[in-house]
Amino acid sequence: MKKRQNVTIKGTKDGLVLRFADSCSYDELKLELDQKLSANTGTQDEHHSISVKLEVGNRYLTDEQREELKELIRKKKNLVVDDIVSNVITKDEADQLRAENEVMTVTKIIRSGQILQVPGDLLLIGDVNPGGTVIAGGNIFIMGALKGIAHAGCYGNDQAVIAASIMKPTQLRINNSLNLVSDLIPATEKREMECAYMDENHQIKIDRLQTLIQLRPNLTRLEGGH
Amino acid sequence: MGEAIVITSGKGGVGKTTTTANIGTALALQGKKVCLVDTDIGLRNLDVVMGLENRIIYDLVDVVDGRCKIHQALVKDKRFDGLLYLLPAAQTVDKSAVRPEQMKKLVEELKQDYDYVIIDCPAGIEQGYKNAVAGADKAIVVTTPEVSAVRDADRIIGLLEKERQLEAPKLIVNRIRNHMMKTGDMLDLDEITEHLSIGLIGIVADDDEVIRASNHGEPIALNPNSKASIAYRNIARRILGESIPLQPLEDSNKGVFSKIKKFFGVRS
Repeated sequence: MKKRQNVTIKGTKDGLVLRFADSCSYDELKLELDQKLSANTGTQDEHHSISVKLEVGNRYLTDEQREELKELIRKKKNLVVDDIVSNVITKDEADQLRAENEVMTVTKIIRSGQILQVPGDLLLIGDVNPGGTVIAGGNIFIMGALKGIAHAGCYGNDQAVIAASIMKPTQLRINNSLNLVSDLIPATEKREMECAYMDENHQIKIDRLQTLIQLRPNLTRLEGGH
Repeated sequence: MGEAIVITSGKGGVGKTTTTANIGTALALQGKKVCLVDTDIGLRNLDVVMGLENRIIYDLVDVVDGRCKIHQALVKDKRFDGLLYLLPAAQTVDKSAVRPEQMKKLVEELKQDYDYVIIDCPAGIEQGYKNAVAGADKAIVVTTPEVSAVRDADRIIGLLEKERQLEAPKLIVNRIRNHMMKTGDMLDLDEITEHLSIGLIGIVADDDEVIRASNHGEPIALNPNSKASIAYRNIARRILGESIPLQPLEDSNKGVFSKIKKFFGVRS
């Protein structure tokens, strides 16, 4: 009986796709990959490099294994690993992903000197007093007065927004741009139901809450419905 | 078993010591057995405000280090018949001479014998603050209608909320100048309470008598004719659980004529 192949090579117009079986051992896989690639090298004499995509199925590769495979493939001339696609992630990665996509609800007053940080979106029911800071990986929604510092999209998300029932912050930050609001908002003005976002020029702008519908349609999580 | 109340503010000079002295005095006037504890080690002055400075023999650090018994260090206020005592702070060492656990033990002991243990907290949020808060059951935050004092009060409230054993802190707004609040040059009461969002337990008007009285070593609460005194007495009664409305800030001693005008609804 013919042995089932652990590594199959497919050519597409973007380059090569190496599909690895996920039921064999990692060492077996490495060995077979090495053989297959060595057999192929003779036929290729073009000078431009070929990009390779690895599809590993339900196999989990550690960072070292990923590096090892990339190294193994790189040693064969003209082959560069572009991407490694796996169906599995670790529990930690899954938790992280979930946390980043979660809206964290907090009922608290963030007072002077206190910092509240969440990985995903923040829904704060309470105020942020002057000297207090809220930081979120995603968006920040404050049902109360924002009088301190708010930092949205802190892991590098330009699309993050900050919305507050009363918008009187000392500072607004989105991703890595910073805005001293005192120059923008006169202290005496009433600032109710407003949002801050980053425009195309990487400037933080403040506008009515309703403009978000046009600016950030992706905020809507509801799929389907009317 | 009594209860321990810490008087704190974060910022210095807003009237913690004066408040401690007067609330203690007012509670003693109500017939409660009160012990005042000065935790401002190194910068003590509650004894001066109370006029008990020259009777200090031992102090808080002596008690904590076991050089004397608690009752030896307590200074009795002779104006009250065994109702008011002061445990003075040490002057020669600094705040690191005492640890929070020691303070907790000390306050626990005092609570056995007194209805109220009022702890005067030093300014700041370091060791001295931690010592003062360690043994307390309740906290009163003193602030004045100034942005800087309110900001520090906010910080302190945040820290107090982290202390598990404490009830939600209460607020005293001290040194209110009515004419400045009216013109908007001072933060008004609503602004302060809305910002800090904790319960208000009393307001005290700015009164020259307070300074005069504390310079004489006689807490203003002993003088029944002053507005500030009544304010402190009201706070003491609120601590005892009575429900008393806040004093109106308007000057009530404008004279008979304005009272009549007010009575007939004529605006002055």
